[in-house]
Amino acid sequence: MAKVSREPFFWAMFSSGGMIAALVLPAMALLLWFAIPLGWVEAPSHADLVTKIDRPLVKLALFAFVVLLLFHWAHRFRFTLYDGLQLSHLYGLIATVSYGSATILSLSAAYLLWSFP
Amino acid sequence: MNRPEGPNSFPRADRAAVNPSYRLYHPKWYRERYPIFWWLERFAYGKFITRELTSLAVGYAAVLLMFEIWVLSEGQQAYTRFQELLVSPPVLIFHGVGLLFLLFHSVTWLNLAPKALVVHLGRKRIPDAAVLFGHYAAWLVATALVVWYLVGR
Repeated sequence: MAKVSREPFFWAMFSSGGMIAALVLPAMALLLWFAIPLGWVEAPSHADLVTKIDRPLVKLALFAFVVLLLFHWAHRFRFTLYDGLQLSHLYGLIATVSYGSATILSLSAAYLLWSFP
Repeated sequence: MNRPEGPNSFPRADRAAVNPSYRLYHPKWYRERYPIFWWLERFAYGKFITRELTSLAVGYAAVLLMFEIWVLSEGQQAYTRFQELLVSPPVLIFHGVGLLFLLFHSVTWLNLAPKALVVHLGRKRIPDAAVLFGHYAAWLVATALVVWYLVGR
């Protein structure tokens, strides 16, 4: 049987993660990192935020969002290490560590959201 | 023996015997030594590597989002302490750099969209400018949705 490459799968994750990151992250970071803690906007209370997250569809969307972002990071950073620092001889190790940590973080995200609040 | 000629016709194990310096997958081909900081040589290279490094900010944003959700589950007090941490100057500076990286990612990513996405409507190709405009419009809509969901009443 021909060995099926996993590359297209990871590339698809990288690509959709990159798109969702481009569209959503600047707004999210501006609000969560600056506007809310610095009081530029009327900040939602702790209870508000818990209610906003504690909905099955929102949890599912958050999980998909985080997984795509993590695999976008894993795929792109992997090639940054290969090219930027000329580490292509560590191909297997770098691939294992980057996709491996993205997988572990995704599983933790699943557990966290499942058991929220 | 009717083995064909040429070094690659030997089974792998034999190649080391033929050429002792042969390492599997690591042939010693000729190539120029390149400095490890090659990407500092030109502005365009630096821009390329910066664009690639935006993935660090993306990964960080994902992890911090999950951390914030965990903090929320820990209760009101933990959340207040987390908000205090976010406004400390070193964290603000760090996040400022992070936000610049995220914006750089968005702009470079969306600007490439017309190259990645060639859309045809019947026999006509949708012009690049329209594809680009569509993506920036989507950015605006997504931004509005995030603001509405997070701080809207």
